Amino acid sequence: MDFDLSKPQQLLQQSARDFFSRECPAEKVRTLMETDTAFDAKLWEGIADQGWTGLIVPEEFGGLGLGTVELAAVAEEMGRACLPSPFISTIWASALIARTGSEGQKAQYLEAISAGTLKATVALLEASADWNPDGVQLKAEREGGSFRLKGRKEFVSDAAVADVILCIARTGDDLVILPVSRTAEGVTVTLTPSIDATRKLYAVDFDNVIIPEGDALETGYRALDAIQQATGVATIALCAEMIGGMQWTLDTTVEYAKTRLQFDKPIGIYQAVQHRCAEMVLFTESARSSVYYAAWALSENDPSAKLAVSMAKAYCSDSARETGNRGIQMHGGIGFTWEHNLHLYYKRAKSSEVMFGDATYHRELIAKEVVDEPEK
Amino acid sequence: MDLKPTPQEQQFREELRTWLQANKPAPFEGDESTPEGRKAHVEYLKAWQKKVFEGGWAGISWPKEYGGRGATIIEQAIFQEEFTLAGVPHLVNSLGIAIIGPTIIAVGTEEQKQRYIAKILSADEIWCQGFSEPNSGSDVASLGTKAVRDGDDFIVNGQKIWTSFAHFSDFCLLLVRTNPDVAKHKGITALLVDMHSPGVTVKPLRQITGEADFNEVYFDNVRIPVANVLGEIDKGWHTAIATLMNERANLGSSTYVMLKRTLDALIARSRTSMHNGKVAAQDPITRQKLAQAYLELEIFKSNLNRSLSKMSKSKVPGPEGSILKLYWSEYNQRLQQIAQETLGPVASLWDTDDGLWVHGYLRTRANTIEAGTTEILKNIVAERVLGLPKSY
Ligand SMILES: Cc1cc2nc3c(=O)[nH]c(=O)nc-3n(C[C@H](O)[C@H](O)[C@H](O)COP(=O)(O)OP(=O)(O)OC[C@H]3O[C@@H](n4cnc5c(N)ncnc54)[C@H](O)[C@@H]3O)c2cc1C
Repeated sequence: MDFDLSKPQQLLQQSARDFFSRECPAEKVRTLMETDTAFDAKLWEGIADQGWTGLIVPEEFGGLGLGTVELAAVAEEMGRACLPSPFISTIWASALIARTGSEGQKAQYLEAISAGTLKATVALLEASADWNPDGVQLKAEREGGSFRLKGRKEFVSDAAVADVILCIARTGDDLVILPVSRTAEGVTVTLTPSIDATRKLYAVDFDNVIIPEGDALETGYRALDAIQQATGVATIALCAEMIGGMQWTLDTTVEYAKTRLQFDKPIGIYQAVQHRCAEMVLFTESARSSVYYAAWALSENDPSAKLAVSMAKAYCSDSARETGNRGIQMHGGIGFTWEHNLHLYYKRAKSSEVMFGDATYHRELIAKEVVDEPEK
Repeated sequence: MDLKPTPQEQQFREELRTWLQANKPAPFEGDESTPEGRKAHVEYLKAWQKKVFEGGWAGISWPKEYGGRGATIIEQAIFQEEFTLAGVPHLVNSLGIAIIGPTIIAVGTEEQKQRYIAKILSADEIWCQGFSEPNSGSDVASLGTKAVRDGDDFIVNGQKIWTSFAHFSDFCLLLVRTNPDVAKHKGITALLVDMHSPGVTVKPLRQITGEADFNEVYFDNVRIPVANVLGEIDKGWHTAIATLMNERANLGSSTYVMLKRTLDALIARSRTSMHNGKVAAQDPITRQKLAQAYLELEIFKSNLNRSLSKMSKSKVPGPEGSILKLYWSEYNQRLQQIAQETLGPVASLWDTDDGLWVHGYLRTRANTIEAGTTEILKNIVAERVLGLPKSY
């Protein structure tokens, strides 16, 4: 057993850290968050040049063919930089396409994603804001050889920059996954400003959008399965991003505690401050353990993978918030300002807390697996 | 990163499992509520540990030349896991194995290793740890038990307290003050003390649980040969640090299994206990609590495995031990509280599951005190992991 990143994994992580500290300093995050899309084409090109848009895409489709541990290692560094980008959205979509669709569709989408020429997102949630795919209501009526999409999706991340939106809709009792071009007739994307300006959420209206049946990536229980699996992969990327943010918050707070003087001494000499910092270490390290365990379980198709993803997301959701709370408190007034970078990370943590389901949602999933009597 | 066991680790686990199944002793039949019964129980446990030693399963990661198995730290963890899983009696010389043996191996002389290590493993000699005093707990270095040199002996006078298992121990790793005229950390010496020496008196202390596992120990002109200094004279603080690091680092793999067993028992009970007019396991709030207990415990396991991987490269226990101890001690208290809330009044009866929940709940109060209080451990993380200035 070796619960440590391997040498190549460490190198990959280091190169990601160097890249994002160079290409995405805090000023860039601030500039981007004031825009409508929080998107920087040049930055995205740089990420694609590193191969990271195709990090988990199989080599036959132009990707790096790496696993979820490597994905986590890179995403952690994105979180440390509070990177605004459609990375998680695109990873989510690419994981879904890799598990569905024909070879031709895979080649069509995944090659472009790997090359950085295609950005994608998934439209799952609706007004009910329920992460359980069973809650999907949006109708895809079969009509001749096509589906007609009518209805509204909400909380769709990066929809304004995604070239393709994978819409999860209901046809009869079944789910169907339909790739829709953002510029297709009848598609309207509306920004819904949210707590985290660095990751934009949108409402997407589908007003009688016609999709040829042959475009559907998957239907029925296979669609549901693929959605759950792909969401698991994206969830771990998000959790890894969260631990990067926690680490930044911890490092920044400790640095401040060493330099800020009150009562003629650095505040880090006071145990009330020390103990909050020690708790932040405990949260951050435990979150890291949970994320890399789940990333490893996913990469190995370990039977514990699904449970491990829920455990990581539940833990990260709570502990990222708690770490942020302590970070702000230990900074005093400056921690409450727009000027200090803490709030960028705090808001990112808060938006990540609910993305892909908060702690309560995942604890119930865990309870279904471990509290309910196992089925005979 | 590869969390699968290596073939060697897997083989180790299987061999051990087979041995444990074949050698599991019959349960103890005596009555532990009488002094004779308790004595008989210690003898029963000693006989069991001896069998484990003779089977070659004691001191997994200790050097072969002193009776250990010479295996890896990870195999040591597998041992703790399997041993606890098998439901066999615990190793009675727990402090000898967890902390005192490793300290003797780290800083002892060749003669001391030859003299003591194998007998720790075989439980021929049971050990206790004499650090805390009535006026020196968290601040162990302020201790006042005095040792004055007299020829080839030290003469020891003073008192220790909270000394676990002293009432059936043969030896004690004792911290004493040999130089009162220097800074407190610089005048301490660690001694290997025969508990049967004239002048040693042990008085059991009753705990919150009703049991008497810890004691007061009095030293009245006790003669200890200078040859029994562990480490160097006046450098006992170095020895003490080695002990404390092992103490925190060692409490992991078996702790995980014990906690898991408690949690499994709680979940099983929740399927029949009633709560707010519902089966507890179907009550949404109880489900949330149990799921949280479940995920926190599994994350403890991952923390543990990460630390083990680190330790098996660095070979020395680092500050990770303090983080693990902080985590599981507070976790255990939360878990026991969830048990109380889930089972309700049933949990308060000593007859329910042989007092598992009453005892468990009360016993966990000590978890955040023993082996370094939560406050002290947070200070340690702040200073040694984060480099914040010392607060005292
Ligand atoms: C079940 C049990 C078994 C034990 N077994 C042994 C044993 O075998 N051998 C042995 O030597 N000892 C043993 N101990 C003793 C244990 O190590 C001490 O109880 C512990 O170190 C705390 O010391 P104290 O009890 O004197 O409390 P104190 O040190 O007086 O602490 C009281 C409170 O003050 C806080 N505090 C103290 N100093 C600071 C500080 N600088 N900053 C912040 N907070 C502070 C503590 O955290 C605590 O909350 C055992 C204790 C228990 C409960």
